[in-house]
Amino acid sequence: MDEGRREGWGTRVGLVLAMAGNAVGLGNFLRFPAQAAQNGGGAFLIPYLVSFLLMGIPLLWVEWAIGRHGGQYGHHSAPGMFDRLGRSRWLKYLGVFGIFTNLTVAAYYCYIESWTLAYVFHSLVGTFRSVDPGTFFDAFVGGHERSLLAVPVEAFGWFVVTLALNVWILSRGLEKGVEVAAKVGMPLLMVFAVVLVARGLTLSAGDPGVVQSPLDGLGFVWHPDLSGLSNPTTWLAAAGQIFFTLSVGMGSIHCYASYVGKRQDIALNAASAGWMNEFVEVVLGGSLLIPISTAYLGLQAVEAATAGGGGFGLGFMSLPTLFNHWGWFAPLAGAMWFSLLFFAGITSSLAMGQPILAFLENEFAVRRGRAALSFGAATLVLGGFTVWLYPGGAHSEFDFWTGTFALVVFALGEVLVFAWVFGMDRGWEEITRGADMKVPYVFRYVIQYVTPAFILAIFVGALVKPAGEWGAALSSLTGGQGWPFAPDSVVGKVLHVGVSGGWFDAEGYATRALVEDVTRLLLTFVFLGCAALVFRAWRGRERGSR
Amino acid sequence: MTTGAWLMLVATWSVVVFFTARFFWKVLTLPPRADDSEESSPRG
Repeated sequence: MDEGRREGWGTRVGLVLAMAGNAVGLGNFLRFPAQAAQNGGGAFLIPYLVSFLLMGIPLLWVEWAIGRHGGQYGHHSAPGMFDRLGRSRWLKYLGVFGIFTNLTVAAYYCYIESWTLAYVFHSLVGTFRSVDPGTFFDAFVGGHERSLLAVPVEAFGWFVVTLALNVWILSRGLEKGVEVAAKVGMPLLMVFAVVLVARGLTLSAGDPGVVQSPLDGLGFVWHPDLSGLSNPTTWLAAAGQIFFTLSVGMGSIHCYASYVGKRQDIALNAASAGWMNEFVEVVLGGSLLIPISTAYLGLQAVEAATAGGGGFGLGFMSLPTLFNHWGWFAPLAGAMWFSLLFFAGITSSLAMGQPILAFLENEFAVRRGRAALSFGAATLVLGGFTVWLYPGGAHSEFDFWTGTFALVVFALGEVLVFAWVFGMDRGWEEITRGADMKVPYVFRYVIQYVTPAFILAIFVGALVKPAGEWGAALSSLTGGQGWPFAPDSVVGKVLHVGVSGGWFDAEGYATRALVEDVTRLLLTFVFLGCAALVFRAWRGRERGSR
Repeated sequence: MTTGAWLMLVATWSVVVFFTARFFWKVLTLPPRADDSEESSPRG
């Protein structure tokens, strides 16, 4: 391995594919279609595209600009980049989020990624011809065990394999590792998706097992219910989907962009990567899961399965069985479906690993190979925790606090610092320097006022999300009955809304409340640990400069 | 599928495909800009 050579991207296409791969994740195929169908269908796309233009694209430009600006000073991770945005010594601690979220999200995300790899294997060997995928999944993650503390052995094995693959690719460096993975993974993902969409949409009434036209499923996703446009829930859902699909608020975009030269374009690259993610999500993701499921299960079953706004059950527990109707093509179809999810996953998890490697390399002079191993070890410990306690809710706690809440906090902080501390004059110059496209001047004001307002709305929405509709919750509040916090609101989570009992049940088994509290404590320690590392790195710098 | 659903699908797909293709085509075809910074930059 060439440790002495400065890291960098080999080609511009590789950079854009890696950035698009970072954004494209499992949610493009599993979450988007369910969210669209449950929030007004075709009408959902109006607030969705508005959010993309007023929040998504501006945030991408802000993150690329912060990244490239930090890279000019040799910083490839968020603490150093934010330290360079203003004079306050506290700014680098906002960058702690860029370390914390990548580490903790990678931990549980690699576990989901490992499921897709395991399902590729089981699709090819024909497991789902004889075993119901729902039963298989339950046994795989250890959900069938009476004790929440039982260890799921096979799942743990696949998790280790997936992690090892990530570490190996990361250790090869940006150009030979991450970029090659993106150049192979992204085209294959699109080819597999196109093949499955083409097969799925051409299913007809005469085919074995088909009970309804797949176009009815497509209609379920796209039928415009315009009444949803006046509902704040629809707008929050659309803004949230845009926010999470673009992988903003993590620090990974900053890291990738920090390897772009000072006078190289970022405006066009960011727009290209963002729109590519939209293509995969809206065109491919919206045409796959629900139409195929509708063809074999019927629209009513699909409506019920996606009622919660997610398509996880359909993707992992229904499609493997439904592919069995496709004869000789069934194992290949299953392998293609889970491979495309795997490529979507690994291109994202690599983007989470690179900022950690960069932080260790830049701030502690750790060599790349050792930095990759350190990332692997930390992810193994944290991810192993979520593998072990998945049935008890550790995984969803990670997802909520690090993969949802922390992202919104970081994004809100970064856009305010960029627009109001770094300043929009310098910020606009940073975004447009070397641009290969004309960035409309109106975005200067969008970034300063509109984008923060969008993120603030998502933040408040996450904080006090009501159980049921917002209008009904307001009526409840004004009627003196209090605000009905949803179990998945921040306040609801803190108060354990919907989770009963103490830490142990009547038989002495650990309860979900115990797992949730232990997980939160762990995440708090990890955040403080990341902050302590930043403190130590800067203290070392100050001593070194004396 | 209803007419409204077809209209939304065609309109949205057209917008998404147009901008995806337009921007990616530019990325593929525009020559790289010379850079004088110390950090490495994409070459192609």
